[in-house]
Amino acid sequence: MAEVIVVTSGKGGVGKTTSSAAFATGLAQRGKKVVVIDFDVGLRNLDLIMGVERRVVFDIVNVIQGEARLNQALIRDKRVDTLQILPASQTRDKDALTKEGVGQIIEELAKDNDYILCDSPAGIEKGALLALYFADQAIVVTNPEVSSVRDSDRILGVLQSKSKRAEDRKEPVKEHLLVTRYDPVRVEKGEMLKLDDIREILAIPLLGVIPESESVLRASNTGTPVVMDAESVAGQAYKDAVGRFLGDKVEHRFLEAQKKGLFSRLFGGRAA
Amino acid sequence: MSWLDFFRARKPDTTAAAAKERLQIVLAHERIGRTREDFLPKLQQEIVAVVAKYVAIDPGKVNVSLDRGGDMSTLAIEIDLPGPAGDRIRGAAAS
Repeated sequence: MAEVIVVTSGKGGVGKTTSSAAFATGLAQRGKKVVVIDFDVGLRNLDLIMGVERRVVFDIVNVIQGEARLNQALIRDKRVDTLQILPASQTRDKDALTKEGVGQIIEELAKDNDYILCDSPAGIEKGALLALYFADQAIVVTNPEVSSVRDSDRILGVLQSKSKRAEDRKEPVKEHLLVTRYDPVRVEKGEMLKLDDIREILAIPLLGVIPESESVLRASNTGTPVVMDAESVAGQAYKDAVGRFLGDKVEHRFLEAQKKGLFSRLFGGRAA
Repeated sequence: MSWLDFFRARKPDTTAAAAKERLQIVLAHERIGRTREDFLPKLQQEIVAVVAKYVAIDPGKVNVSLDRGGDMSTLAIEIDLPGPAGDRIRGAAAS
């Protein structure tokens, strides 16, 4: 049986899809069988971030409506062969998703996968509610910024009241905090919420901190999940987070501002 | 920061500290609201009804304001009572 993980945040633009792509790829690189599902019907983007946009034939709505079989809609990644992507529909609206339909897809995928990642759309409407409904675990993506932290708190409340686990009065969804776009230089200047402050406010276990990094944009330009960029700090931070998720003891890195040496002071340059 | 700041006893308040404080306050209230329905409208109605039982008041002259703080929130309900020339006070007459 697979574990169902929702990647969620409430707020848009904080890095859910980037994190879903990186996490799914990272788990698959560790030999796990992984499917990552895009729940953002109407605004699909996981296909672009994963670099499979030209291979999309059918999508999750086609499967739910019986127009295609599940394995016709799944796209196998060409870089990591234990990874598959189930794209969202670009033309339908979110009402095309049903609880029964999504439940059947997840049940079928659970048979021969280790992890099912659900990339949630922003908001707390139908798409987001369905993305989290079947979750066993949740990765809450948060930026060090007031509106993102507030929305994360809200989505935690939704997880605790509207998930299937909450409805069935089972053990609650296991929550993980993933702080993204963290900039230690601005934190040091007092311009950005400190990691400890975010942890204190949201009070859920910390899975990882992804530093603000130019490599994230570069990775999306080419459709390569950033975790595959072993040179970049963001890629390394995602890899660490995946390790922690699988139970490795990994120290948190990139939390302190890099002391600039004479060379970089003279010639500039920012974090890779 | 100028070099003089180094000697100051207290660092100036940062915007990050303000962000934390504002978040803590707003979330403390939102978390309560999650488990309980919004009781303020009902509270206001009931208080006004109790006052109206003893004093003839104009329902249009009721002001409610709320200030949510960290340690303490204040709910102010301001009711215009009629002056001596106005209506009788039934409650006082009962004794």
